[in-house]
Amino acid sequence: MTEQNEYPESGRVRTRVLGTPPADAPIVDSDPIHAPEGVPGVIPQDPVKARKAERLVALLFLIAFLAGAGFIASYVIFQVGTISKTATSNLALGGTLALALMALAAGLTVWVRQIMPKYNLIQERHEMRSDDGTREYVKETFLQGADESGFVKHKLLRRTLLLAAAPLGLLPLVLLKDLGPLPGTSLRHTVWGEPTKNGKPRRLVVEGTGQPIRAADFNSPGGILSVVPEGYEEDLNALAKATLILLKFRPEEIKSGTNLNWTHDGIVAYSKICTHVGCPAALYEQTTHHILCPCHQSTFDAADGARVVFGPAARPLPQLPIGIDEEGYLVAKSDFKVPVGPSFWERGDAEAEARENAS
Amino acid sequence: MNAPPKAIAGVSTFVDDRIGAGNFLKRNLRKIFPDHWSFLLGEIALYSFVILLLTGTFLTFWFKPGMGEVTYTGNYAPLYGVKMSEAYASALHISFDVRGGLLMRQIHHWAALLFVGGMTVHMLRIFFTGAYRKPRELNWIIGILLLSLALLEGLTGYSLPDDLLSGAGLRITQGVAQSIPIVGTYVSFFLFGGEYPGHDVISRFYSIHILLIPGILLALVSAHMILMWVQKHTQMPGKNRTEKNVVGAPFYPAFMIKSGAFFLFTFGVIALLGTFAQINPIWLFGPYTPADISAGSQPDWYMGFLEGALRLMPSWEINFLDHTVTLSVLIPALVPLGIVMTGLALYPFLEQWITGDRREHHVADRPRNNPHRTAIGISGMTFYGLLWLLGANDELSANFHLDLYTTTWFGRIAVFVGPAIAYWITYRMCIGLQRKDAEVLSHGVESGVIKRLPNGQYIEVHTPPAEDIAEHIRGKKEIPVLESAEDGEGIPPKGARSAIGRLRAKMSQAYGTDRVPLTDGHHEEAHEEEHAGVGAGDRKELH
Repeated sequence: MTEQNEYPESGRVRTRVLGTPPADAPIVDSDPIHAPEGVPGVIPQDPVKARKAERLVALLFLIAFLAGAGFIASYVIFQVGTISKTATSNLALGGTLALALMALAAGLTVWVRQIMPKYNLIQERHEMRSDDGTREYVKETFLQGADESGFVKHKLLRRTLLLAAAPLGLLPLVLLKDLGPLPGTSLRHTVWGEPTKNGKPRRLVVEGTGQPIRAADFNSPGGILSVVPEGYEEDLNALAKATLILLKFRPEEIKSGTNLNWTHDGIVAYSKICTHVGCPAALYEQTTHHILCPCHQSTFDAADGARVVFGPAARPLPQLPIGIDEEGYLVAKSDFKVPVGPSFWERGDAEAEARENAS
Repeated sequence: MNAPPKAIAGVSTFVDDRIGAGNFLKRNLRKIFPDHWSFLLGEIALYSFVILLLTGTFLTFWFKPGMGEVTYTGNYAPLYGVKMSEAYASALHISFDVRGGLLMRQIHHWAALLFVGGMTVHMLRIFFTGAYRKPRELNWIIGILLLSLALLEGLTGYSLPDDLLSGAGLRITQGVAQSIPIVGTYVSFFLFGGEYPGHDVISRFYSIHILLIPGILLALVSAHMILMWVQKHTQMPGKNRTEKNVVGAPFYPAFMIKSGAFFLFTFGVIALLGTFAQINPIWLFGPYTPADISAGSQPDWYMGFLEGALRLMPSWEINFLDHTVTLSVLIPALVPLGIVMTGLALYPFLEQWITGDRREHHVADRPRNNPHRTAIGISGMTFYGLLWLLGANDELSANFHLDLYTTTWFGRIAVFVGPAIAYWITYRMCIGLQRKDAEVLSHGVESGVIKRLPNGQYIEVHTPPAEDIAEHIRGKKEIPVLESAEDGEGIPPKGARSAIGRLRAKMSQAYGTDRVPLTDGHHEEAHEEEHAGVGAGDRKELH
């Protein structure tokens, strides 16, 4: 082990291993290995009390034994299968386990505190740094080794070695490239813009039931409906961008921020994905027309183009242009004009661009 | 017992013959460990980690980290026939179809909360007692790394069950990743294998959660322990305790058994929590879909301060040249965490720079004896604590009938004002406590005995404090102050000539100057003087 104490080339003082007592001192300064009673720093317990404590410890260990056995028994006796059975099994297993652990812990504690002696031993500390002799020796050894290896003298060796290491160091990074496809423009589109099989506009369907929505039937002002694109009801990747909230307003309630061309008979569709970090903005307060995201409380005014009225979101929820098909069902007239969801570096001021394109 | 039993002797001889273990044991069997309740805080974290490894291994036997769709056919009736991911289905399987599975899941989750909690209070103990000082800066840095990794470990862990709640956390993680300038979109696509949520993130988080981070944690925890062992533990000031020694109980047998007992206590408490305190009832949340969320979604406690920062931030966003910088996400995600972690990591070195103190320290400070450090620490805790509290502002608003936006505005102001107030209050408290200490040493403690003097005056007799208390108080160390006074010719010392040098000297002066020096033993002479210092309200004599 670390017994490199002498330096052959000089008559230096023997150095110590860090953190150990000097070689000529006792191992533990104030306490020999077999401490007889009455050694300073080791204060024995009263034997009568110790015997009493022993009985307590034995009782606790016995409890731990019984609880441990109880755990095994509970495992065999209590089966799972229903909610209440699982609850019972959990209670029996957990209760016995906790009891066994606690009883064992308490027993050990009583043992240490009431049977073992009280200790007030003193051990010397030594400065962490090595002495100057050692430092000098290490330095010389380092220089000698560096010299012997020729790493300093042979420039070509050194440089080609560094050169060889460089690409190998990069390999792990290169290998990670296939973790995912490049983003491209995928964040700018949703499935609302994808063509449907029959070439007709894509219908809005109710989340969960998949029912298409007849515009004439959706006539409860104040209500909010979670809507998904037909054909993508269970595609989580599609839903993470394309989920909508559908609201209906009386004409006089709608303010200028809402694009009326994109509504149908007072029905407005906004992206449900919060523009802050992407939680579904699922809460609606009907008196104020506020849409609230439960994650970080970004609040949007649904009557006014879902503009931000409070909270950390920086942009309104994008509005989806909707209309009806020949059967009277709500459909998307096109994709969102701006990217939905949280901001990203390449996004830019898509709203301003959209306004320019429109005018 | 005169000779070790044969079994032990035989094995020991076998091992020693081969690796010379005797040398190590000779030095270390009776290694001394000092005692103080606050030294147990780190042990809570250590033992929680062990419990996490044990229960986590159990959970991996059944958990399937897949995002493929399956139809649930297990024992939990309300979700029977529901389509969900493999991960969620297997998490339900562990909860309802594996005996002890629910218990292990709950113990695992509680142990994780206690792991980070234990680390946090342990770190605070180290900070406030100055135990990070030379020679322990390296171990301090390792500790900061451990804490940061533990946060990441927690995040990757609670994302795994793929229920509606864990999905909300994952969604926020993705939104934050996407907001990073220049590389954010790529980071998100590479992490999720394409668009959110994709089909890869659970299995990727799984290998990070059960292999990569635990491996690093294990290595760092070992290094943490080894350094502690080599450098010996710090001790609180007290009788016979100096910078050159360590006073306490030997590793073998007392400390060993005590530690074992504490491990079992920790495990026992976590088992109790796992049994009686329901945690993360994933079966109530349902499978994840990006289209839904439940109100009142809360992360595990250690993510609360980031959540609070996100909630408090105003909606700042910069658009320039077709690019977007989302300050409303970037600042809260990076700045508070950055301030806290970087500040902690640099603190030992900044303090050394300000005090010029290059000595080794092995006797811990009492927090009151370094008032500026303590005030800085409490300031930081206030900053963190307010963010943490406001991370649940919706719950505060709902349960205490407060206006939601008012809580946000309160938070926006309080995170700046609160730490400043906390600093001032803490500083004054430290000085007050120091005065109390000085008074105990110079006047003694009240004995409750009223004496009437021959001239009719009544006084209360003070007795000297108990020896251990007096020694504890006398353990106060002076904080070094940089030399900055001008010499005879009006020239300041070399280091204090530049602007930075002058600032440094000023800070050093403020940081290190002892406002309440202890005057010890001069019971009679210091009498009147002390009273003036303590103030009239503290007069103990009845005139």
